[in-house]
Amino acid sequence: MQTGKLKIRTLKNNIFKSTVIVFSVVTILPILLIIYELVSKGIKQISFDFILKTPPDTFEAMTALSNGELIPGGIANGIAGTLFMVIMASVIAIPVGVITGIFLYENQGKPLANLTRNVSDILQGVPSIVLGLIAYIWIVKPVTHGFSALAGSVSLSIMMLPMIVRSTEETLKMIPQTIKEAALALGVPYYKVILRVLVPTGFSGLLTGILLSISRILGETAPLMLTALGSSAINFNIAKPTSAVPLLIWEFYNDPNMVDLIWSSSLLLMAMVLSLNIISKRIVARTK
Amino acid sequence: MNTDKITKAVLQFSSLIILLVAGGMIFSLVEGAVPAFKEFGFKFIFSNNWNPTEGKENFGALPFIAGTLITSVTALLISLPLSFSASLFLSEYYRRTRMAKVLGMMVDLLAGIPSIVYGLWGFYVLRPVLIDLGLPNQGFGIFTASIILAIMIIPYATSLSNEIISMVPNELKEGAYSLGATKLEVITHVIVPSARSGIVAGYILSFGRAHGETMAVTMLIGNANIIPNGLFSTGNTMASVIANQFGEAEGLKLSSLIAIGLLLFLITGIINTIGKFIIKKMA
Amino acid sequence: MFKMNNNSLIIKDPVLSIRNLFVSYDKGKYAVNNVSADIKRKSVTAIMGPSGCGKSTLLRAINRMHELYENIETKGEIVLNGRAIAQMPTIELRRMAGMVFQRPNPFPTMSIYDNVIAGYKLNGIKMKRAQRDEIVERSLTDVALWNEVKDSLYKKGSFLSGGQQQRLCIARALAFDPEVILLDEPTSALDPVATSKIEELLVKLKENYSIVMVTHNMSQAARISDYSMFMYLGELVEYGKTKDMFTKPKDRRTEEYLTGKFG
Repeated sequence: MQTGKLKIRTLKNNIFKSTVIVFSVVTILPILLIIYELVSKGIKQISFDFILKTPPDTFEAMTALSNGELIPGGIANGIAGTLFMVIMASVIAIPVGVITGIFLYENQGKPLANLTRNVSDILQGVPSIVLGLIAYIWIVKPVTHGFSALAGSVSLSIMMLPMIVRSTEETLKMIPQTIKEAALALGVPYYKVILRVLVPTGFSGLLTGILLSISRILGETAPLMLTALGSSAINFNIAKPTSAVPLLIWEFYNDPNMVDLIWSSSLLLMAMVLSLNIISKRIVARTK
Repeated sequence: MNTDKITKAVLQFSSLIILLVAGGMIFSLVEGAVPAFKEFGFKFIFSNNWNPTEGKENFGALPFIAGTLITSVTALLISLPLSFSASLFLSEYYRRTRMAKVLGMMVDLLAGIPSIVYGLWGFYVLRPVLIDLGLPNQGFGIFTASIILAIMIIPYATSLSNEIISMVPNELKEGAYSLGATKLEVITHVIVPSARSGIVAGYILSFGRAHGETMAVTMLIGNANIIPNGLFSTGNTMASVIANQFGEAEGLKLSSLIAIGLLLFLITGIINTIGKFIIKKMA
Repeated sequence: MFKMNNNSLIIKDPVLSIRNLFVSYDKGKYAVNNVSADIKRKSVTAIMGPSGCGKSTLLRAINRMHELYENIETKGEIVLNGRAIAQMPTIELRRMAGMVFQRPNPFPTMSIYDNVIAGYKLNGIKMKRAQRDEIVERSLTDVALWNEVKDSLYKKGSFLSGGQQQRLCIARALAFDPEVILLDEPTSALDPVATSKIEELLVKLKENYSIVMVTHNMSQAARISDYSMFMYLGELVEYGKTKDMFTKPKDRRTEEYLTGKFG
């Protein structure tokens, strides 16, 4: 500890504190600015039509612009595509992720479990565009012979997996060991202990992990560019290309006539992500 | 009929799926990259060319590796003081107060904004400001991309540092205060040394994160397949070139892009493993 | 009938027979070292001893809980009502030997009603509603909880006090009408009032059930048990009628434990 003059030390201390506060405020400035931007520019476009109709083509948009009107249409194809792919990705990722999480919980310290956990962690750090490449190689070429919703879902499901695995394991680890023992002491077979005691008891934690992983993939654009490609119509055929909200945003961004739609679409996207986050936090708070 | 054995087998099988997926990924990336490496050899990694014209195709990854590194390092440097301040705010100065809760929530929110939205904001809001400040190239370039990237990775470093700093035992801090130390001195002499590896690990992990960001970078970096020659030059990163050029890529071009994907996978994998390793040693 | 150490305790028609039981956690280190004992039917048998003497380990060998953990090895023979437990499927064994744990552990996601009947439910045993109701009422009455909870049967048990929760766990074990009830320090997490209620309950229950109870509290053993085992460092040092053991212990170590020289 320096024994400099007290005044200097105090001065340094106060300057540092002010700097910390200033920097912290700067840190959250972007979020405030971004939300302001999205709301101010995007809110006027939001309507029921926006959710239920598909986008106009570029000429309709140009006409509307030149007449000073709001661009007609909406992002129904994007919303449908996003929902479709999210559900498919969940169908793949949730069972595998939860069961693997249970495996890790039951085999603490064993080599296979440690390996799986490490690999899962590495998988979590893989950039989403690489996952898009993988889904392209695995699905677009050999399976669906073209861009498809299935490929998009696969890339999203690989993104969800590590998060679900980790949150499942952590949730189960927090259940007191004696609950499991009590069930076993009643002569309940192992798989029933898992399904009817452990999973229900840890349900809120599992659900939170799942919701958070979904909110993570909602906004992903890059992998979908290589897999689902986009489509102007609502499409529920897994072997065909499909739209998604982030993909639409990207299309609008690239079309000078449609650019105004980017704010409302982003606003909707952010609203979806935020609601999931808030719901998860509520669930966590409820169980405390 | 022993259901216990079946249960155990099912659990094990499920974990093997993850291992298979990871192994399959490496295999597919390598398999897809082989044609490029066969054609260009390992010089691919150091080559500066990017010429998709038929007949004279020549691809190299160097510009993108350089672009990725420069943007990630710059982003890390920009985010460092900001996220360090935020984590000190949350875990030391205003710990357990209402303000800290609010700040914490906002930092979490930063993590929830999709990359494309950051890109839009950077394009339409930040860029004009930078142009006014005199930036060349219409405001596109390494610098612009790095700023947005820095904002995007702040939450990761902040939450990890926050956790680690909170774990520094109270007794240590109280010992220093009781000797008459100022808060700054406690931070420099007690907290940081004690939490050092955790803080470093947090930065390493956010560094890895920066490598993989695609959309925001693509929209701001200028998409020039050159090695950046300055902080304000345009350029391209590994992730953004894949996104940009994937369009109708075939044959050698496709293979080169996959090769870049493989490199990206390896680099981020190594960075993240180092970070996780440091965290494990701390615990 | 057989001799153990210096004592020869003759138990007619034992409910449980333990023969040369060894349990080890690491190779060579025995938590239970060659224990043999017969447990008397419809009475309370207490297992006591200082921390780490192996009493819980001994108890848990009876319903084969050790098989849940891979590093634990068990040798020797335990016979329940004439059947070797090693030959029985664990699922069946654990319905015949019910266990109550140190900390009350009702299932948090189930109502009180469902908790009592949990053994049947989780095992998928289908019963008519009337049958279920009868088992729930009988078990809760047996543990003197029926009047306190009969109007909140479908609520979750978290509002119950620690003592009530523990009685609920006992009811859950009783629902199977087990041959023997195994209790592992059932009152150490409870306050004195709840403790004495449980002790009263156990004394009443022994009219119909055989009870083996691990306790770290020797006065509890003295109060309610008919037979007592004293264990030390994994060995069964002494086993006899509680009254005899407490007034005239045959082994010096027993005497030292009972007079508080260690423990």
